[in-house]
Amino acid sequence: MSFFYEKILGGKNGTAHLLILAAVILIIFPLFLDAFRLNLVGKYLTYAFAAVSLVLLWGYGGTLSLGQGIFFGLGGYGMAMFLKLEASSPENTTIQSTPGIPDFMDWNQLTELPWFWEPFTSFTFTIIAILTLPALFAYIIGAAMFKRRVGGVYFAIITQVIAVILTVLIVGQQGLTGGINGITDLRTLNGWDITSDSAKYIFYFINAGLLLGVIVVSRLILNSKFGHLLLAIRDKEDRVRFSGYDVGNFKIFIFCFAALISAIGGAMFTLQVGFMSPSFVGIVPSIEMVIFAAVGGRMSLIGAVYGTLLINFGKTTFSESFPELWLFLMGGLFIAVVMFFPNGLAGIWNDYSHHITNRLGFVKTGYNKIKQTLVPQKIQDSSH
Amino acid sequence: MSLTTNTDYTLAIEDLTVSFDGFKAVDSLNFYLDKNELHVVIGPNGAGKTTVLDLICGKTKATSGSIKFLNKELTELNEHSIVRAGVGRKFQTPSIYENLTVLENLEVSYPVGRSVFGSLFFKRTETVLEKIHEIAKEIMLFDDLETEAGLLSHGQKQWLEIGMLLIQDPQLLMLDEPVAGMSVKEREQTAELLNKISQGRSVLVIEHDMEFVAQIAHKVTVLHQGKILATGDMDAVQHDPKVIEVYLGH
Repeated sequence: MSFFYEKILGGKNGTAHLLILAAVILIIFPLFLDAFRLNLVGKYLTYAFAAVSLVLLWGYGGTLSLGQGIFFGLGGYGMAMFLKLEASSPENTTIQSTPGIPDFMDWNQLTELPWFWEPFTSFTFTIIAILTLPALFAYIIGAAMFKRRVGGVYFAIITQVIAVILTVLIVGQQGLTGGINGITDLRTLNGWDITSDSAKYIFYFINAGLLLGVIVVSRLILNSKFGHLLLAIRDKEDRVRFSGYDVGNFKIFIFCFAALISAIGGAMFTLQVGFMSPSFVGIVPSIEMVIFAAVGGRMSLIGAVYGTLLINFGKTTFSESFPELWLFLMGGLFIAVVMFFPNGLAGIWNDYSHHITNRLGFVKTGYNKIKQTLVPQKIQDSSH
Repeated sequence: MSLTTNTDYTLAIEDLTVSFDGFKAVDSLNFYLDKNELHVVIGPNGAGKTTVLDLICGKTKATSGSIKFLNKELTELNEHSIVRAGVGRKFQTPSIYENLTVLENLEVSYPVGRSVFGSLFFKRTETVLEKIHEIAKEIMLFDDLETEAGLLSHGQKQWLEIGMLLIQDPQLLMLDEPVAGMSVKEREQTAELLNKISQGRSVLVIEHDMEFVAQIAHKVTVLHQGKILATGDMDAVQHDPKVIEVYLGH
């Protein structure tokens, strides 16, 4: 029990923070937001998966990936391929010259389903693919980089380049991928209408539950010897290597795990938003994910979620009224956070929360004093 | 090429050469280290002292020659395999994990759970804690187990790094300037510590402080321009005319 309490929930503070987050996303948002707004929050929370993955990879592991969009996108496309195939049943696509294949393939003169689309007719395969293929891809990238001791800024640039390549590939192979428009018009999951309000509610709660689950598992990892080694590698890589560890393997593992988390977020994105496009794969979304993590606090799993929510609320609010200014504002915010609050929202909370509690304590003692002075008077009053 | 045979030495370096763009930092070095021996390497800056340690622990690859540790050829192994074979190395500037506590520093260095999954499922058992406490007492940091390592004094950081090596129980311990930046009292305590830990293993130390060398060394080797100038006990080396000329005389 104490193991569970200390390692998974993170002791008294960790439990409190986790419970507050759970209350906010599981109770407060669903109570006070209408279906449309809640769906929007659900979308933001899928980005939070990527932000949490960056806390592990960048905050603790010291390896900045500017390509988490790759894995978010792979997860999202995996789910989108399954949903698209279901939406493209021969009955639904009788007007096409080749019924039974996705509409964009038909427009691109494809006459049969490409081989790599075939297995995505199975929901089981799709789920397994979402949970393994992005991690496998990360393993290939990670093994190629970390075993050769490529790290730091070079790694960041290479991940960014891969994000660009993947985007170009998706856009260029319109007949196979849906091109720049992405995979759209997704309606049902095993016959269940995913565009209905009830489906959106259910996806919201599944998504929120998964996010909390991911945070708990991540905490377990960070509290293990592996987690301490991750910090150790970030601070003194050579000392770890010369303590008998094959440092590359540790970086590969956390990179794969980060990819897995991001892919889950991507898949949940597709389910809640109803489409997937290359605009969630490339450089801009990947960098936005880094900003979410930085603003929330790159050393805080929970902070990353709040950072994601804050930036996205800001984006929705500001970009409605000043669409051109938003990018500058976000860039400015990023620079400000890095310069003045390197530990983000979580850092500000840690620095000032005890002041707030002290302040509350002051109010409490003050209240007690007032009560003490007032109550005897009352007694006196009543004795008259 | 090298005609190396098995020996009784803990460490047998033969014909070891490393050249950086034609500059021979270590030049056909022959060096032997016995069991239970505390050997100090001295020499002027650029003599190749640190390079020798880098070669032994695999940080630098040798151009030619052989390094045999307990008759196992090290030049072909990668860094973590060399450590796992039983070679520990302390760096010149204290290399500790500042954001972890003293206890966590020692635990991370504990030689169990060295693979990814091993470390994920590593448990802090009684055996682990006992070993950590034993080492912490030895390096005089038992009262600081819960202290964040970054808050330790410079001398304590040096001790902690030595402790992080000791917990792995290496057969060969290499220390690069272990008392640099220490106070007189800390130096004495370190000398005591080194004398204690050299029992049952071989220790190779690089040091500049001659007073400290005299306190600890069983044997001294003077390195100059990548070659050995003299080897012997402290007294003999100090009176060697060649040594006086290039090093002590300055």
